[in-house]
Amino acid sequence: MLLVLLSLALLLAGSALALLLARNPGRAQDAGAYYAVAASLAGLVPAVRVLLTGETETLALPWSVPLGSLSFNLDPLAAFFLVPVFLLTGLAAVYGADYLKGYAGKKPLGLAWAAFNVLTAAMVLVLTAANAVLFMVGWELMAAASFLLVLFEHEREQSRRAAFLYISAGGVGALLLLAAFALLGRSSASLDFALFSAPAGAAASAVFLLGLFGFGLKAGFVPLHVWLPEAHPAAPSQVSAVMSGVMIKTGIYGLIRLLGFLPVWEEWWGWTLLAAGAASCLIGALFSLAQHELKRVLAYSSIENIGIIVMALGLGVVASINGSPVMAGLAFAGALLHVLNHSLFKGLLFMGAGAVLHGAGTAELEALGGLGKRMPRTAAFFLAGAASACALPPFNGFAGEFLIYLGAFKALGQPGPAGLAGVIAGLSLAAAGALAAAAFSRAAGTAFLGEPRTEMAARAHEAGPLMLFSMGALALLCLLSGLAGPFLLLPVGTASAAAFGLPPALAAAASAAQPLAGVAAGFLVLLAMIAFGAVKRKVFLRGKTPAQGLTWDCGYAAPTARMQYGASSFAQPLTDFFQPVLRKIGQYPVITEYFPARASFSREAQAVFYNSVYRPVAVRIRDLAYRFSWIQHGRLQLYILYIVVTLILLLLWKL
Amino acid sequence: MEIVKPLLQFLAAALLAPLLPGVINRVKAFFAGRKGRPLLQLYYDLAKLLRKTPVYSRTTTWVFRAGPLLGAAALVTALALLPFAGRPSFLSFDGDFIFLLYLLGLARFATVLAALDTGSAFEGMGASREMQFAVFAEPAFFMGLASLARVTGQTSLAGMFGALTGGTWSTAAPVLALLTASFFLVLLAENSRVPADDPDTHLELTMIHEVMVLDHSGPDLAYILYGAALKLWLFAALIGSTVLPRHSGSWAGDSALFLLMMFGLAAAVGVVESVIARLRLTKVPYMLITAFAFSALALIFQMGR
Repeated sequence: MLLVLLSLALLLAGSALALLLARNPGRAQDAGAYYAVAASLAGLVPAVRVLLTGETETLALPWSVPLGSLSFNLDPLAAFFLVPVFLLTGLAAVYGADYLKGYAGKKPLGLAWAAFNVLTAAMVLVLTAANAVLFMVGWELMAAASFLLVLFEHEREQSRRAAFLYISAGGVGALLLLAAFALLGRSSASLDFALFSAPAGAAASAVFLLGLFGFGLKAGFVPLHVWLPEAHPAAPSQVSAVMSGVMIKTGIYGLIRLLGFLPVWEEWWGWTLLAAGAASCLIGALFSLAQHELKRVLAYSSIENIGIIVMALGLGVVASINGSPVMAGLAFAGALLHVLNHSLFKGLLFMGAGAVLHGAGTAELEALGGLGKRMPRTAAFFLAGAASACALPPFNGFAGEFLIYLGAFKALGQPGPAGLAGVIAGLSLAAAGALAAAAFSRAAGTAFLGEPRTEMAARAHEAGPLMLFSMGALALLCLLSGLAGPFLLLPVGTASAAAFGLPPALAAAASAAQPLAGVAAGFLVLLAMIAFGAVKRKVFLRGKTPAQGLTWDCGYAAPTARMQYGASSFAQPLTDFFQPVLRKIGQYPVITEYFPARASFSREAQAVFYNSVYRPVAVRIRDLAYRFSWIQHGRLQLYILYIVVTLILLLLWKL
Repeated sequence: MEIVKPLLQFLAAALLAPLLPGVINRVKAFFAGRKGRPLLQLYYDLAKLLRKTPVYSRTTTWVFRAGPLLGAAALVTALALLPFAGRPSFLSFDGDFIFLLYLLGLARFATVLAALDTGSAFEGMGASREMQFAVFAEPAFFMGLASLARVTGQTSLAGMFGALTGGTWSTAAPVLALLTASFFLVLLAENSRVPADDPDTHLELTMIHEVMVLDHSGPDLAYILYGAALKLWLFAALIGSTVLPRHSGSWAGDSALFLLMMFGLAAAVGVVESVIARLRLTKVPYMLITAFAFSALALIFQMGR
């Protein structure tokens, strides 16, 4: 536990130093990055130790905030979320040291590094806080620090809009959480997590709903996701990696903790989670297929993966209420494993997208192409991440989804609601998987393969050594954690036991051990087959010099890059089919003459939810708020009067 | 002996798979009144291609060379999971069919990326179509497996097909019949057969699977052709094991019957190709949605029983 405090101290010191050295961007970068890496190394030790031993470490320090206590709690669940936080922020800092170099002198790098380290510290605080007040402090700090980072390129209107949307979502979420904690605190007369005793009946459901929306606004599942695809791409790439990889997981952590605070679950909670998760994974995958910018593709894919996790939680709740603890345990274990795996591959993918942005100057898919030749290592790492994101063997994305599938199929054999929940979960997973495969083959294919579509792509250069190091490390972790599935069951089991109670978690871990070992054996067979096939191919090709030629294009001998299939054309059959959901706007050329000379075509993905749900509501609220604008007149004296009146009223109420 | 049998089964499947396209072609030739290609044509083709020197487009990278290799390796691994005549293979565990599903996904992903690596408009078109149909085929296939799991109460391939007996057919005939129909439709679409795709077509614009592999040559093409034969074997084996649950205790007898069933299925594919015209491309999703509806109905029947 002391090492966690040390890592917190290192992070804060790093931020302070980065701010102090802000005049000298190079040294500010060094300070920020070195301290972040040191903090993550220091923090990984206790997190891994708690996961392996299963023993909770606690620490309480004196603090004089009313209702608050400076108490920390590092149980296996918190440790399980801390490991990816430390892994990813450490690697992101290494990556950032290279990535941000180009911004020196143009952007306040000292501030960026300070915000980055505060963001990490806030996440650590959120995950280890044992008191609601401390938790909320961390929560708001996290929102504020990431808000600054989303505004990194504040000269772009899009970034400012994204940041505004982001801070609004964060504010609403925090308000809801305050209400949830207030309700919990009222029924237990304390705001310490350990002393929370759940309210009964309708109050419990109220707490659940408040928490669901509050944490959901951070996690970003449908329909609370509108800010995510705007905010995540706007931040610098290593921050996008951290935000999508681990920060949104604090919402999942909150949901799991919340389920822990409420020992008696209602069945409809499970169905709500299941429905939101299923909608989220399908819609996220579908929209990621329709995006034209690499980082937006990845942001929507995060919505999909958060959906998978939430759906698994819902399946677990439904299954456990209907007397299927083992299935519930499998679903919970799958959700947790996917939390870890998603943070690794999504971190890798965002860093890859950053490398593209860095090397080619744009991440618009239609402007890229052929980067595989110009940045071969980045291409290889990105493809590994893409394969993980599609849950393809032998990478890690498969392991977590496999456990969820297994839970779904076990539930299928049960009579009643558990069976139905199993069908919904499995089917959504299968459909989302196929859509994700389409989305990622499209994104990777148009960016890295074929011929460059523009001059910018043709002149792209490979990422710097530190960026390559971070991406390579994550790609390796994606492969290894895929193979190590059976060994990850122990930490997953202890974390799940800490969250949901001992017996089901252990039973699930026991029943998952053999299948996961089978999967790992299958991965090894696959790797052996690949190796065998590669060796055989070498033998067949021995002594032969393959000829070089043109790509076969129906006999046409002068192909140009413009004839290639683009990202829009690749997605068109599917986006047309799902047009009622996607509502893409654009225009096709209409041919009226016999020899048409010019034609133009445009196609644009829309933020459907924002436009058709949130904007009308936001407009209403704004109109309503204008009626009260007379309160805000800008006269300082009257503001002071407001404060005095409020204080007097509070005093009278307390008397 | 018990250790040898699964390996024998695996080898038999791996060696006999290229025979299936041969059977299909013979049936089609019979219907067309042609003499047709020899039954073993694919073996000759493979032997020839393995000796050839490939040609690579200047546009391509290692992804293009790795595609066929990954595809074939994924399918061979999938074959190692597949029960043979209702008996488990050497790689069998709870939930192995999920692994199988994603191995097929890996093969598809590798093929699609290799196609996009050529920078050709036609191969991109094929890749796009392949991914489009997969979005409809995968839920159909998943639903089919789900109802099979529900019928047998098992969650591994060997368990499901081991628990399936002649008795199951007499109690749950509608479920199994719907399942078989659904699997057969998925087989046709996934293996680029008529009415979803025409393996003998000559126009690049209308191709789906064939157009993705236009640029491959030599050993790479051999890997692709072999992988395609394995994929056909895989789907046929799933259907074969559903239609023909094992009844006798004799390994040799069951295996012989199973092999007969496989060739019978190949012949059925040949008949379908001979008597049905190809669907318009835009109609293929409807065919797959029909397959999905069949397997969903099967599951509903089973859950209502």
